[in-house]
Amino acid sequence: MNFLSSFFKKRASAPIARNRLQVLLAHERAFTGNNAEQSDLLEKLQREILEVIKRHIPIDQDKVQIKLAREAQCSVLEIDVEVPGITDKPTRMR
Amino acid sequence: MAKVLVVTSGKGGVGKTTTTAALGAALAMMGQKVVLVDFDVGLRNLDLVMGAERRVVFDLIHVIQGDTNLSQALIKDKRVEGLFLLPTSQTRDKDALTQEGVAHVIDELREKFDWVICDSPAGIERGAQMAMYHADMAVIVANPEVSSVRDSDRIIGMLDSTTQKAKNGEEMEKFLLITRYDPQRAARGDMLSTDDVLDILSIPLIGIVPESQDVLKASNVGTPVTVSEPDSAAACAYSEAARRLMGEDVKITVPAERKGLLDWLFKRKSV
Repeated sequence: MNFLSSFFKKRASAPIARNRLQVLLAHERAFTGNNAEQSDLLEKLQREILEVIKRHIPIDQDKVQIKLAREAQCSVLEIDVEVPGITDKPTRMR
Repeated sequence: MAKVLVVTSGKGGVGKTTTTAALGAALAMMGQKVVLVDFDVGLRNLDLVMGAERRVVFDLIHVIQGDTNLSQALIKDKRVEGLFLLPTSQTRDKDALTQEGVAHVIDELREKFDWVICDSPAGIERGAQMAMYHADMAVIVANPEVSSVRDSDRIIGMLDSTTQKAKNGEEMEKFLLITRYDPQRAARGDMLSTDDVLDILSIPLIGIVPESQDVLKASNVGTPVTVSEPDSAAACAYSEAARRLMGEDVKITVPAERKGLLDWLFKRKSV
C-alpha cells in the first residue's frame, strides 16, 4: 500500500523547474539588463522600499518583487510585496 | 558571403566544443568551406575533439601577435574536405585576445571561408565576449536543466547588447540547440521539456541532440560524431541543425525513447 501510494503521489519535477526559472528570470532580466543605470535604480528602489516597509511590517526579503517594464508609451513600475497574515508568526523574517 | 557563427552557452560542460566539431563537419560535408576557431585560450580542447592535438604548431594567438600568418596556423582536416581548424594557445590566457587582433583574424577568415564557427569558452568574461563579438549568428547550446537555461538567458542578453551587431543596431540571429536530451526523463516528466525551454528563452529551435554514447565515443577517438557515426540519432540531429543553418526548412526530430528489450528490463528494475 505504501509503495503504491508513494508511486501515485510522486510529482513530476519538470513543472517545478519551469516555474522556478520563470520567476527567477523575470527578476534577472530586469536587474541585469543592458542598461546599467536601470539596474542600479531598481536595486536602490528595492532596498529602500524594503527598508520602509520593514519599519512597519515584518516581511520576507524573498517575497518582494520589483519589475520595471519599459514600453513605447510609458514605463510601468511593478512592486509586488507579499505580506504575511496577521495570524502568521513572523518566524521567517531574515 | 561568409557567416560568422558563435557556439556559446554561458555554462560549461553542456557540449559547445562537441557541437562546434559536429556542426562544422556537417556543414563541410554539405560542400561548405568551414573553419572552426577555438576561443578557449588556456583551456583549448577543440583540437582534441577534432583529433588534431598532435598537429598544432601555430595558433590563434600567434596569428594575432603577428608571429605567423594565418595559412600556417590553419589545420586542414584529413577526413572532411573543406574543413579547417584554427586552434588556440594552451599556455597563454584570455588577455592575449586583443580586440583589433581578433577583428583582423575574423576579417581574413571571412574572405577564405563560407563559415567561421567560433567555439566560445564557458563564462561571460573576455574570452566569451571576444568569441561572440564579431558573430552574425549564434547557436546557444543548452541542456534541459535549470542552471543551463538560466545561463543561456544571460548569454542571450549579452548577444543582444555587447556584440558588434547589437552596437550597429542590427539583430543577431540566435538559435537554440538542446543537447543531452534524455527521452526517458522527459517521458517521466523529470526533465524540462523542449516546450518549457523554448517558452522561457523564446528563440527558435535548431535541433535536439539526445544524450548518447556515440557522442562520447566520438570525443574519445577525436572525430566529430557526424563523421564517425553519421547514422546515429545524435549525428542526425546535428546534420538537421546544419541544414537549418543553411536555410533549409527541416522538421525537428524529437528523440524518442528506445523500446528495446534491454531498455524494458532496465526500466523495470529501476522502478
